Amino acid sequence: MEIPQELADHIDEVITHYPVSKRSATLPLLHLLQEHFGYISEEAITWVATKLELEPINVLELVTFYPMLRQHPVGKHHIRVCRTLSCALAGGYPLLDTFCKHANIEKPSGNHHVHFFKSADGKYSVEFVECLASCGTAPVCMINDDFYEAVSEESVPELLKKYQ
Amino acid sequence: MSDPVPLLNVQIDGVWHQFPKGTRVIEACAQAGKFVPRYCYHPKLSSPGNCRMCLIEMGMPRMGPDRKPELGPDGKPVINWMPRPQISCAQDVAEGMGVRTDSPLVQDCRHGVMEFLLINHPLDCPICDQAGECELQEFSVQYGTGGSRFREEKVKKPKHVHLGPRVTLDDERCILCSRCIRFMKEVAHDDVLGFASRGSHSYLTAHPGRVLDSNYSLNTVDICPVGALTSSDFRFKMRVWFLKETKSICTSCATGCNTLIGSRQNVLYRQTPRENDDVNSAWMCDYGRLNFHFVNSTDRLIEPQIRQLSNPETTSWTAAVSRAAEDLKRFQPTEIAVIASGRMTNEELWFAKKLVDSVKTPNYDIVSRTGPADDLLLNSIRNPNTKGAQLLGLCSDQPGAKLQQIADGVSQGHIKAVVALQEDLTAAGFKAADLERLGALIVMDILPNETTKRATALLPSASFAEKRGSMINVKGRLQRLNRAIQSPGNAREDWEILRDLIQQLTGANGVYLIEDVFKQMAENVPQFQGLSLSKIGDLGVQLEGAVSAAPVTVSA
Amino acid sequence: MAAIVRTPHPRERRMVFKNVDREGWTIDIDCYLKDGGYEELKKALKMQPQEIVSEVKASGVRGRGGAGFPTGAKWGFIRPGETKPIYLICNADEAEPGTFKDRYIIHQDPHQLLEGMIISCYAVNARLAYIYIRGEFPVGAKILERAIQEAKEHGFIGKNILGTGFDLEIYVHRGAGAYICGEETGLIESIEGKRPYPRIKPPYFPAALGLYMSPTIVNNVETLCDVKHIVKMGGAEFAKIGRPNNTGTRILCVSGDVQKPGYYELEVGGVTMGELIYDICGGLRPGRKLKAVIPGGSSAKVLRADERYKIKTKQPDGSTTEEEIGIDDIRMDFDSLAAVGSMAGSGGVIVMDDTRDMVWALNNINQFYGHESCGQCTPCREGSLWMQKITTRLLDGGGADGDPDTLKTVADNIAGRTICAFGEACAWPTQSFVAKFRDEFQAYASKNGNATSKPQDKHQG
Repeated sequence: MEIPQELADHIDEVITHYPVSKRSATLPLLHLLQEHFGYISEEAITWVATKLELEPINVLELVTFYPMLRQHPVGKHHIRVCRTLSCALAGGYPLLDTFCKHANIEKPSGNHHVHFFKSADGKYSVEFVECLASCGTAPVCMINDDFYEAVSEESVPELLKKYQ
Repeated sequence: MSDPVPLLNVQIDGVWHQFPKGTRVIEACAQAGKFVPRYCYHPKLSSPGNCRMCLIEMGMPRMGPDRKPELGPDGKPVINWMPRPQISCAQDVAEGMGVRTDSPLVQDCRHGVMEFLLINHPLDCPICDQAGECELQEFSVQYGTGGSRFREEKVKKPKHVHLGPRVTLDDERCILCSRCIRFMKEVAHDDVLGFASRGSHSYLTAHPGRVLDSNYSLNTVDICPVGALTSSDFRFKMRVWFLKETKSICTSCATGCNTLIGSRQNVLYRQTPRENDDVNSAWMCDYGRLNFHFVNSTDRLIEPQIRQLSNPETTSWTAAVSRAAEDLKRFQPTEIAVIASGRMTNEELWFAKKLVDSVKTPNYDIVSRTGPADDLLLNSIRNPNTKGAQLLGLCSDQPGAKLQQIADGVSQGHIKAVVALQEDLTAAGFKAADLERLGALIVMDILPNETTKRATALLPSASFAEKRGSMINVKGRLQRLNRAIQSPGNAREDWEILRDLIQQLTGANGVYLIEDVFKQMAENVPQFQGLSLSKIGDLGVQLEGAVSAAPVTVSA
Repeated sequence: MAAIVRTPHPRERRMVFKNVDREGWTIDIDCYLKDGGYEELKKALKMQPQEIVSEVKASGVRGRGGAGFPTGAKWGFIRPGETKPIYLICNADEAEPGTFKDRYIIHQDPHQLLEGMIISCYAVNARLAYIYIRGEFPVGAKILERAIQEAKEHGFIGKNILGTGFDLEIYVHRGAGAYICGEETGLIESIEGKRPYPRIKPPYFPAALGLYMSPTIVNNVETLCDVKHIVKMGGAEFAKIGRPNNTGTRILCVSGDVQKPGYYELEVGGVTMGELIYDICGGLRPGRKLKAVIPGGSSAKVLRADERYKIKTKQPDGSTTEEEIGIDDIRMDFDSLAAVGSMAGSGGVIVMDDTRDMVWALNNINQFYGHESCGQCTPCREGSLWMQKITTRLLDGGGADGDPDTLKTVADNIAGRTICAFGEACAWPTQSFVAKFRDEFQAYASKNGNATSKPQDKHQG
């Protein structure tokens, strides 16, 4: 696992934010590694454990707890659609189906071990997430780090065009 | 002298009691005779309060306008009961606290928790090792609702996880109490277990790159309230309600962890630790715990044998002991050596010393046995009773120091008769070829080895699980072994064999009860003054004064 | 979809949200300074920390995160003369369904939050502070980091702030998708790098044994902004806004079946439910009637639109009067909503009209809680998923007669029996939906289909 110098320096700087306990830097480091590599590999888990002088289980416990941390790569562009009440009232479920249709993602049925679905060519992936705190503009979604509100089903193809 | 701990007044189920400050509420209830059911709480570990089984009603004194408790007609504080139930495992008693351990609310809480614990629990009782000592079973009978209204699909989890070489995990049975995680972190100092995933899908695991191979891993099996963590050694071997449990001590090192030996029909099935805060807390190491299979071996020596010409022949005890005595009488004191063992009980060592005195030999010692110690229980001295050997005069401050000299004596031919007690001499610096040239090799042991094969008189004796006696641990604590099973075949207890041998040698009157052996010892060994085998008790007795190797002269 | 509201409603009193959607407003510090920003910090630093605490106590402000606990009292729990380091954490993990206010403060007025935070740290003597921001606000995290950098460059954060000798470091810490990190002790565990399992209280009250087992204050974003305004106008003036015991303004977030969903900063108790829904939010969709309202985030008990509520009000002369009101007359403040059997909570108001299936709505909520339960304690871990499975099975046509009662008693076995308030949060929706809309649940229960549920992960509205 190659960590470029810039990332290594950034990691060292982030650790200084937690002068009382290095363990506090676990989640920030996982975020940085996932941003760089796209997901958290087995190697990344042991790397973080060694870096912060922890047991690997201490890191694994976090990676499997937080839904934003994933142990498998997502698509080149990752879509998160909110499914909680206000967005569901406004059509969040059909919205996800629309994304799947236009992004060529096939939803397997009843599989709850992997919580996101990828297109065959790996370009897009989609998952449901819980309340994104913008219920007044439901339904909402995120594509990568970009946030979109009041997303109509009709606007989906145009939206996806921005992410190639 | 520190100040005495203050006593606090606490009302439990309407009765006022007093408890020392610092007493946990759940322990106070137990002391008052009111057992509060619990899963995640363990007195030797931190209290996370996650199982919610120990919920009780709690209240504090109602304060008057003068900031003092209002007193009721009985002169005691009036209790303001909190509407919300509280856990009792994570709080200490406070002055004027009230506790209800069995009110309708508390019963309802317990019904609720039991129901929740059982909805995703697999119906494994028929194949689960924990059956018979399972707190889920017991508490559901005592505190549960007796029926199930769960009609959904249960959560599925891994069922056959080899967490380590000695522990097998069934994640579906796990109630996520975290006792094992806390034990490994807080006691064993090997933070290798944790929970993965979230919510109802959480499961216990180790990181794939690490194994639960600590020398204390099996303690997690003891403290697991259900059958999630199981001992791979004991898995599927025996139903626990068939086991006779004998209180004894471990003999694999000088710590002398207190144990329970689980046996049935003269077969040993398992050893578990017995709590003793002066020795081993509530734990024992895996090495000592599993070091019992040799007792069940089918190779056990079961018949006395004597060697006529070059072949061993099974014979009677009388014949074997007579032969041994006759052999010894043929030699001068300096031509005889007695090698005793740090694994012998005090009673056996007492007779071994008598043997040494009766043949008047200067050549005697025990075999020293050492290994790496850890910072928990495993001692570097791997003999359980070196202190006893020292106290009773079988060795000096340096056990085994004389062995090389004795081995050389055998090699060079001026030691011609050796008595080997529970030790394989070829593993203690003696050469097998030299042993073959001995005029007499009297061996008392339990399993065949290179020494037993060359014995002129072979006297099969008893393992640690087949005898009653005492030993002294490395800290000078006198502790007791008890007999769990009978010796196989015609094997006999060591002290009785030695007593018979001495009787043959000296004609002196014998002792016939082990309690009398101890009495004899107590009359002659100052440290044992006033003690008896029964007075030692289940938890042992700390001996006063230094237990050093000042050899005590013993009258025959 | 309803249009996005951007201009303040005339009934609003924009104090915390003054700069949200403001014409020409930018989030850099220069814009904030030009508008008089950080003047309150300067004023606060000339006060004694204890004075600031007194002002906050006098203001009567109650936490805006959902629990509504008086902030002054919370600050007062720190032992005077405390020698252990004191920490302050801004809870920016806004995740209560129906709530969307902190998002806008963070993204559009970060310096107001920082200023309120620095003042609060000074007041409680915290030298190290963290902003715990939910992972789903990646842009917000960057905005805050840049704002902190700007503030440092101006000497508002760092060593010897404005020459007062007060040192303070503030760092942004990102979450990663766990609602339980909004619980203050779960948040603390998360910052410590452990699984965010809330702590048992007693003994782990944050003001005594918080972050790194040191005294810690955890406050919501909006609450910390309120502190700035309290310093500006004084606690007594702040207390004049709103109603007694329900002081100040709060941002109500309305979503669901209204014409104009959105955020509205109003004096606490300044509007009734009816005024909120019909006057401010433009009423329901054409031809529809109000059926149910969840007034304080999904954890709050649902209110049935056609129910009559008996509330007791204390009169000035000490006597209590009882009156019966309809849902439209319920005052949107902490005490009134508690009196009708719900709560003001996080201020997230979810409105549902008569096209909505209440079993479907509860199932959606149950799926949220089943997913978000941390799994630490027995009742919530097992019960939240169980309730979800029952409502899913009901919707699938597999209902059984006892289901409504089972739902109720399962919820009863969770609420009040858990380590943290998530127990109540996941139980109250079930308790209230089943109690108020029992007929709908009974209808599903009587369908008598296949009695076991299949693993369904989606339900369409």
